[in-house]
Amino acid sequence: MTLATNPRAALVLDLIERMPFARELNMRCDIRGDEMTTLLPFEDRLIGNVAIRALHGGAIASFLELTAMAQVYLVSELTTPPKPVNITIDYLRQGHAKDLYARAFVLKMGRRLASVRAEAWQESRSEPVTALSAHFMVSAGEE
Amino acid sequence: MSADDTNNDAMITLMREHVRLMNSVVPWARHTGFEVTKVEPGHVWGLQPWQEKLVGDPDAGVIHGGVITTFLDNLSGIACNAALKTPRMVATIDLRIDYMRAAEKGRPIIGEAECYHVTRTVCFTRAFAYHDTRDKLIASSAGTFALTAARPPA
Repeated sequence: MTLATNPRAALVLDLIERMPFARELNMRCDIRGDEMTTLLPFEDRLIGNVAIRALHGGAIASFLELTAMAQVYLVSELTTPPKPVNITIDYLRQGHAKDLYARAFVLKMGRRLASVRAEAWQESRSEPVTALSAHFMVSAGEE
Repeated sequence: MSADDTNNDAMITLMREHVRLMNSVVPWARHTGFEVTKVEPGHVWGLQPWQEKLVGDPDAGVIHGGVITTFLDNLSGIACNAALKTPRMVATIDLRIDYMRAAEKGRPIIGEAECYHVTRTVCFTRAFAYHDTRDKLIASSAGTFALTAARPPA
């Protein structure tokens, strides 16, 4: 964790630490400069299908949305976390009963909107489990 | 619904009998704590209570979008089964969520999911989340679900 050197990183880590839902997921962030990898440590409660021990799509989507939000927050100059406008999730492979990693990339940082992509993987980054595409509001004080 | 899908009364009766079981067997659904409240052919309703642990905006006390995604995803999957004649496993292919406004602190969220078309392999769904009525939406979703192997009897 790089805390002291990057004030934006400190802001993101503080938000994830204070947010009840991120704590509920036990989400972790590893920030190096403007790059961040997030971790969703496996827990039984994240299961959606007990027969095949697959992660719940909603848990994966939550984790990816948080990752995308955190990445936008990290590379913006916002003083409050960006609010999502919409998200689209593609479930590409089954999420197995083990740790999940994610990275997000801001495709376009506009004046009002940011367009973001994120991917979650387990064994290999080249075999993503789930992909997200999202838009966030990045102008303050707008609904 | 597809034209040949005339009657799935038996399926609806079965689902209504097991309405509590539908969530209690899904750990993440049990953890976020929503319930299924009503089942009609191809159409289901649910309730997501507000809980401190689900908050995404610590200053405003608003439930995180991911909770609504979980809720609408799961409800949409159940709506798929409510459109079928026999229980099947469904897996989300993709899901789009539009967030219209923040949910209010302390208030439960009503969810409503509809499976409006079924092919041999894919179910198409739309779903809504709101506090009072569909005139004032918190979020809406559009999803597709893959029909997989038949589920063994419980």
